[in-house]
Amino acid sequence: MNLPIYLDNNATTPMDPRVLEAMLPYFTTKFGNAASRNHPFGWVAEEGVDYAREQVAKLIGANEKEIIFTSGATESDNLAIKGVFEMYKEKGNHIITTVTEHKAVLDACKHVEKLGGKVTYLPVKEDGILDLAVLEAAMTSETILVSVMYGNNEIGVIQPIKEISAIAHKYGALFMTDAVQAVGKIPVDVNKDGIDLLALSAHKIYGPKGVGALYVRRKGPRVKVTAQMDGGGHERGMRSGTLNVPGIVGLGKACELCGLEMESEAKRLSAMRDRLQTALTVLEESYVNGNVEHRLPHVANISFKYVEGEGLMMAMKDLAVSSGSACTSASLEPSYVLKSLGLSDDLAHSSIRFGLGRFTTDEEVDYAIEVTKKSVTHLRELSPLWEMFKEGIDLNSIEWAEH
Amino acid sequence: MAYSDKVIDHYTNPRNVGTLDKSSHKVGTGLVGAPECGDVMRLQIQVDDNNVITDAKFKTFGCGSAIASSSLATEWLKGKSIDDAMKIDNMDIVEELALPPVKIHCSVLAEDAIKAAINDFRVKNGLAPIESEKVHH
Repeated sequence: MNLPIYLDNNATTPMDPRVLEAMLPYFTTKFGNAASRNHPFGWVAEEGVDYAREQVAKLIGANEKEIIFTSGATESDNLAIKGVFEMYKEKGNHIITTVTEHKAVLDACKHVEKLGGKVTYLPVKEDGILDLAVLEAAMTSETILVSVMYGNNEIGVIQPIKEISAIAHKYGALFMTDAVQAVGKIPVDVNKDGIDLLALSAHKIYGPKGVGALYVRRKGPRVKVTAQMDGGGHERGMRSGTLNVPGIVGLGKACELCGLEMESEAKRLSAMRDRLQTALTVLEESYVNGNVEHRLPHVANISFKYVEGEGLMMAMKDLAVSSGSACTSASLEPSYVLKSLGLSDDLAHSSIRFGLGRFTTDEEVDYAIEVTKKSVTHLRELSPLWEMFKEGIDLNSIEWAEH
Repeated sequence: MAYSDKVIDHYTNPRNVGTLDKSSHKVGTGLVGAPECGDVMRLQIQVDDNNVITDAKFKTFGCGSAIASSSLATEWLKGKSIDDAMKIDNMDIVEELALPPVKIHCSVLAEDAIKAAINDFRVKNGLAPIESEKVHH
């Protein structure tokens, strides 16, 4: 077993060697521009792109003509939200999303607000799931788009996508989902789920960084987005720019592998994740954040009360994990996702996200359990809050000097 | 962001972790920070009849730099007179631990904890608390 151990697969994943192998020829011998229509170099590159388009489409139950390649999910989110707003603003100016979305969605929505759009940011329930009644109550005749993520990046919670899209459609709005964490991990089907636009990314599914896709429905209804990048009119005019052929080939291969291995992989990962979670919640005052039933198979977000997340990560220096604590960033605000579940700031500061992946082994999980338990115990010995808790002092009764 | 060797040393082998009897009039306790902010330090000093700090203990909830700052503070406090302890400046801690700008608040908290412990001791012994007029860096 090699140290450090990578358990941050929601941030990014290592590339599968099979993906790399598929990509390599497109850097050197098959280097052509996929838009060069007049010679074999262009044709070969185009063939690679076409095949990848089929591979991506197949994974999400789409038609290959509905796949727009982009530089990644952030671009896909931006193109979908800003592009729909610009295209449909005559019809209505209202967009609905949730507070737990990725920043790419939230900030694209903020941009729409600057352009005169109205955006409703819906709260979620304590378990991270959107209340359908709350969504329905927010729908108006002006609503053109509902954007709700498929699976959450921090807590792994899966939204009731089919039900949400049905509500959006009932009111004549389009439904978009940022499915970055869900695609390739659990079955996603744009038709069964009623999805009109879907953002995905290669590097979360063992593909390369810098490439992603936006699914844009062509039939029932035919969805259009206004291009956000002007140029040569690539990708049916929705996304100009010379195609990143090696990246696209890699994304295609990554999708194919996920399609083949998802079912067995999800079982393997959820068994490992559950083992990790069970072992760690044996520790006193540790809590799993978010709904545990409707959750991606590879994620567990756990708060270890009275221990601060960044300090904990330092103790677990051989484990690459992530924390909702803000000490890791310049701002002192802890995770907005955890706070939106109604978690107090101190519990949000005490959270660790474990993100397992295709290359995680049982041995690594065993090691992670041991190191985490040891580190939490050690830091609690150093923690004045733990001592007070043990003495039965109510921490809320103390007047803390906020700084 | 990489931690300095000194932060890692104090974090891995924290000095003077523990609890003194806070009801003793020879002990001053400073509890600063807030759980909501991700930092709480408790620093305690034991003072002899000559106003010299004979022992210091801490417990900290916080990041590695906060733990290291308070551990270092207890090391510096031992053997110092109360008057000299009042002079410990957060920038001395920043320098000693090579804290980056985003972690300066940890050193500020440690200085606050020292002053709070001293004032707790003073008040317990019938003296007025010293108002800090310092503007933090």
